[in-house]
Amino acid sequence: MVKPHAVKGTPSQQLPDRRAVLKTGAALSAFVGGASVPSLSMAQAATGLSLTVPEWMKVQGRGILSPPYGVPSPFEKDVVRRQREVRVTDTAATSFSPLQNSFGTITPNGLCFERHHAGVPSIDPDRHRLVIHGLVERPLVLTMDELMRFPSVSRIAFLECSGNTPNWKSVNPDFGVQQTHGLLMCCEWTGVLLSTLLDEVGLGPEAKWVLAEGADAAAMTRSVPIAKALDDAMVVYGQNGERLRPEQGYPLRLLLPGYEGNMNIKWLRRLKLGDQPFETREETSKYTDLMPDGKARQFTFVMEAKSVITRPSGGQRLSGGPGFYEISGLAWSGHGRIDRVEVSTDGGQSWHEAQLQEPILSKAVVRFRAPWRWDGKSALLQSRAIDETGYVQPRHGELVDVRGVNSFYHYNAIQTWSVNPDGKVAIHVA
Amino acid sequence: MSRSVALAVVLITLGLAADMTAAAAERVGIGHAISPQDFAAWDIDVRGDGAGLPPGQGSVTQGREIFSQTCAACHGDKGEGRAVPGAVGGFDRLVGGFGTLDTASPTLTVGSYWPYATTLFDYVRRAMPFNAPQSLTNDQLYAVSAYVLYMNNIVPEDAVLDALTLPRVKMPNQEGFITQDPRPDVRSKP
Repeated sequence: MVKPHAVKGTPSQQLPDRRAVLKTGAALSAFVGGASVPSLSMAQAATGLSLTVPEWMKVQGRGILSPPYGVPSPFEKDVVRRQREVRVTDTAATSFSPLQNSFGTITPNGLCFERHHAGVPSIDPDRHRLVIHGLVERPLVLTMDELMRFPSVSRIAFLECSGNTPNWKSVNPDFGVQQTHGLLMCCEWTGVLLSTLLDEVGLGPEAKWVLAEGADAAAMTRSVPIAKALDDAMVVYGQNGERLRPEQGYPLRLLLPGYEGNMNIKWLRRLKLGDQPFETREETSKYTDLMPDGKARQFTFVMEAKSVITRPSGGQRLSGGPGFYEISGLAWSGHGRIDRVEVSTDGGQSWHEAQLQEPILSKAVVRFRAPWRWDGKSALLQSRAIDETGYVQPRHGELVDVRGVNSFYHYNAIQTWSVNPDGKVAIHVA
Repeated sequence: MSRSVALAVVLITLGLAADMTAAAAERVGIGHAISPQDFAAWDIDVRGDGAGLPPGQGSVTQGREIFSQTCAACHGDKGEGRAVPGAVGGFDRLVGGFGTLDTASPTLTVGSYWPYATTLFDYVRRAMPFNAPQSLTNDQLYAVSAYVLYMNNIVPEDAVLDALTLPRVKMPNQEGFITQDPRPDVRSKP
């Protein structure tokens, strides 16, 4: 029922083709047909399918272990990460997660967004080492096997690039939610609390910052305040039930729940304790927020509350005509739990509380849903998140009134999708 | 269960519990002690105040030669950056942009934006040249840092930089950063 329409751009930018979504549409159209009891004949009429016995019921299917590591159905081939625009290299680059095809809250490992500064290194875990040194009593080197013998924990946490959602100055009418919000993932992470490792090396009294360094060709570095390191920071080797994917830092990455993505150093090889921040390139010339007066904010780490409707969203189509549609989306806050999410279909004039899917976890993505009966007229769909601190996701005007339009990072304003009478959904151009 | 067997079970259980309590309270004791010599090749960070800068030195003149050979292909002969047709972003501009930070089109370069000269050394050392990171010698790193600073009119043409002089270079935008996060700064209401 929610079908994508064609978008301009290169093939890599295009949203999924009709077939993948038609499958879903066929199943749903019986439900939205309007009858209280779904009627097969209505489904037939709506889809043009006659209910003959399909060929896949007449032969044995694929055997086990073909392949040994399972992959999605070939009919889902368009549910993939995409590049938004061509860059000068493909190693210092970004790919976006197809949030429009997401269900629930967990991002499959193969669909987690990528942001690399020097490509994905190919690391032999047996040769990987983590060094912890600086203002510590016992500098230590650990192999992966040794790290994985430490007491472990698992938690679900979102991870969002602070450059997500480029709506400061204008919106691109061709962008769907993959392009506007696709630098977001939520996974179950398994590893060792950083506080456990810092206990092991003995934290010096002067230690106030931790430099985390990656083993990629950028040797990516960021400074992390000690309070965060001792609170809920982890070094993680597990992601959604398996080892980290290479794109996510295999064999080891830092996880700072609620903090901007760049600080969650991938391919983690070194932690150095110091008494002040290290002023690396990525915390001075990048990942700083330029204000209208020419001053820049530095060390703005937390990702504030944000939400977005993923369905219906830009590039899709309400193909079933007027009637029932479920509005569904994602909300998250780096400050803790989402308290509630409100949805508007009239551009923010009236708001309705959405249902939140349990469990609602701190610094994790929550799925919200709201029923909607579309009258076939133009509509403006919005969502706004309110977190447990009482913080309310701002409108675009409220955000740029304070920060101007040059700060680039940490855009978290309300996103608006417009629905046209023909059912086309697109990013709202004010 | 006989009395003696029951007693043995109790003792074993108590013993196991004691082992697990002890394990939780002490250091894990896994890993290997390491000395600075062991990880010298990894200890490459240079801090804003110059801590971590290695021995060596380099001049603007030496840096000009290195820049033209290893940097200019992407960043341009004068550090002006380079656009690539069909691509967004282009290769970073390193020079100029002074006085633009509070305008509608700010140009963020090493000269106009970066608060510390040492960051230039640190970043080039770890990540540049793009096709051969960690290939420049310390002398070359000082020299190429000096040349990029010279192109921005931050050091004179006869400058020679080393571990003492590089941290003393005052960057034009050093005072341009607010280091305390003022958020939540946007107060919306339901």
